[in-house]
Amino acid sequence: MTSTEATPSPMLELLSGFIVELRAAGLPVSLTENLDAMEAITHIPIEDRDAFKYALAATLVKNNSHWRAFETVFEVYFSLRGSEYSLSGGDDLPEITDDDEMPMNPDAGGAGSGGGGEAMSPEQMAEMLFQAMRQGDDAMMRALARQAVTRFAGMEPGRPVGGTYYLYRTLRNLDLDGVLERLMDEAQQESPSPLTPLEERLERDEFESRIDRMKKEIEAEIRRRLVADRGVEAMAKTLRKPLPEDVDFMHANREELVSLRKAIYPLTRKLAVRLARKRRHGRKGPLDFRATVRQSLSYGGVPADPRFRYPRPSKPEIFVVADISGSVAAFARFTLQLVYAISGQFSRVRSFVFIDGLDEVTQYFEGVEDISVAIHRVNTEADVVWVDGHSDYGHAFEVFWEKYGREVGPKTTVLILGDARNNYHASQSWTIKEMRKKARHVYWLNPEPKAYWDTGDSIVSDYGVHTDGVYECRNLRQLEKFVDILE
Amino acid sequence: MPTQLPEVDALGAHRGAAGRYCREMDYRFENPADVRTRLREVDYLSDEAIAGVVFLADRLGKPILVEGPAGTGKTQLAKSVAEILGARLIRLQCYEGLDESKALYEWNYKKQLLRIQAERNSDSSWEDIETDIFSDEFLLTRPLLEAIRAEDPVVLLIDEVDRVEVETEALLLEILSDYQVSIPELGTIEARQIPMVFLTSNNTRELSEALKRRCLFLHIDYPDMEREKEIVLTRLPEISDSLADQVARIVRSIRQLELKKSPSVSETLDWAKTLLLLGVDSVTEADAVETLNILLKYQSDIAKASKELQGDGGAKKPGVPRTS
Repeated sequence: MTSTEATPSPMLELLSGFIVELRAAGLPVSLTENLDAMEAITHIPIEDRDAFKYALAATLVKNNSHWRAFETVFEVYFSLRGSEYSLSGGDDLPEITDDDEMPMNPDAGGAGSGGGGEAMSPEQMAEMLFQAMRQGDDAMMRALARQAVTRFAGMEPGRPVGGTYYLYRTLRNLDLDGVLERLMDEAQQESPSPLTPLEERLERDEFESRIDRMKKEIEAEIRRRLVADRGVEAMAKTLRKPLPEDVDFMHANREELVSLRKAIYPLTRKLAVRLARKRRHGRKGPLDFRATVRQSLSYGGVPADPRFRYPRPSKPEIFVVADISGSVAAFARFTLQLVYAISGQFSRVRSFVFIDGLDEVTQYFEGVEDISVAIHRVNTEADVVWVDGHSDYGHAFEVFWEKYGREVGPKTTVLILGDARNNYHASQSWTIKEMRKKARHVYWLNPEPKAYWDTGDSIVSDYGVHTDGVYECRNLRQLEKFVDILE
Repeated sequence: MPTQLPEVDALGAHRGAAGRYCREMDYRFENPADVRTRLREVDYLSDEAIAGVVFLADRLGKPILVEGPAGTGKTQLAKSVAEILGARLIRLQCYEGLDESKALYEWNYKKQLLRIQAERNSDSSWEDIETDIFSDEFLLTRPLLEAIRAEDPVVLLIDEVDRVEVETEALLLEILSDYQVSIPELGTIEARQIPMVFLTSNNTRELSEALKRRCLFLHIDYPDMEREKEIVLTRLPEISDSLADQVARIVRSIRQLELKKSPSVSETLDWAKTLLLLGVDSVTEADAVETLNILLKYQSDIAKASKELQGDGGAKKPGVPRTS
């Protein structure tokens, strides 16, 4: 039976530190959830680390996209700790003697025992790594990860370097890509007949997943040592990353872009449902006489419960006019993706992209199932450079107004995307003014933080006064909020 | 602070303690491992997270909000838990426009009307009739009330809770946190036992904070390869080990692609069944491509996946030069 004694106070302290860090990372943890978590862990044997983790997750994390953030904080706060991870011990290697003792390969004879890691030559180590990968042996991988970090990462106590640097150093020395190729070669040779593409793919997937596991082990190992060196709070702070919905479009790194791409699809589904519901529930249709009479029969002929026809309000038409030059390209990309993903909610979507020239790109999106393909074509094929390829909003808007101004009508909502950094060209803001007279709405979405507006060559206010609103759209959360306004 | 634990000195001490073993009832599961083994006995292969959360839900007396992609066994979890507990499953399917009278209770007004008409000639007072027609006899119980009033063990499943409007969610709050229903004419009906409650959501909209706060959260994702293989083996006992392994591997491979809709577990099972029926014992590219339409439901996904499986998509991963 689980012990239900009062939790020792160091645990409580650690837990409240943990929750403070979760909140700092942006997770909305309420007081009741905090109490639930404390109650939950009294039912769980503390030594069962996985159960402990899931107990905390079930009570504290109520949104799957926050899971990664939770996991990072959890690893920092509740990772295995002990003297063997201490960096101050200098160059003597940690012994591999705890529960995950190294299962020795006969050919790698006793290399890990007794702290004699140095006895193992790099070749032997590479061979062991190869064997571990081939057999998918988790215990051996863990032991190797520990060895590799000790040997290659060159970690020193108190050195203000992030974990990624150590990770890079370790991985460079292990040459996991080389291992993958060798594994594939061997798989080829071992099979009696040449591998079909399908078999080859499956083999490769398997090995890749093992290599991923190895990388994770190494990462965890580095993190454990850093935590031991710097302390929990400092480490949690360095590792703190924005949640996907808070990632800044303009400064997202590659990894964050991937998480954004993953986050955008569920978001579009949500938005589509929300827009459709809003349209239906916003107002009632005309009285449905027949249904009202039928309903009145249950009240003895008194029409107590009037029925209304299903409302069919018209859908808006959306024109997206997007700056796709350098820094704002990522923002334009996500917004276009979002708008097309919910295009079913609009009667028509047309899109235009510009830098200093302007081009219509609607046709790239037509009949394309995969929006990212269309976006790729927009980036490579659209004719958007007029003179020098530096943003010129004034000229682009002039071209838009001349060529397409006639098609802007009372059902059209125009979305302009850009930072309005005009390189000191003429603003030609009269085009926006004219546009607003004809269109239903004109909105401007700016991916820059509000504090930067109208600084340097940004002239967003020149245009802004003529629109129905300028919105700061730095992350998915803000973009989502804006879409709610659309109708 | 609600951290005070019910003092259960010996399991089953309160069982049978006449009528009221409401909050101090004994626990249903010993530990997470117990949940796991018992679920396995009814052919539901759980993992640590699932077993852990089910166990906690029982201990804390809290509902579980299960979220995750379609076809990963969210509803099945509730059914399986009901099966191992020997409990009756009460299911409330949510939809847009669901209201009190469909979810909680309704007065049987036709019967009430009859009652009033039958009384017309006798000289009972207004009060008599009123207390009479607002009594248990005229109450139509709907799933939520039924679960609360049940004498026998029940598992309540509130399916696809994200389909109801935000305002309707409020209906659920009282029952989820206090296990009681307030009926103005009758008073508050308290649960005779704390049932296990599962809410499932496909995440088409964000649920309200109030609802989430009252629940334990469980995200069921696609299973990893080993578990998927086991699921295939359990559900289709006649399949060979090697075919199940291959099926699980190919499905994992396909899930790595960027698709509109990744294959779910139920689709994996359908696919494995199809392969069995076709008498395939080792999947070749041709077999896979021909039957992809069972795994994937969008034409663009099928095209993409068949391209990848035939090796054309290898461009992004420079492969080992093939001999032959």
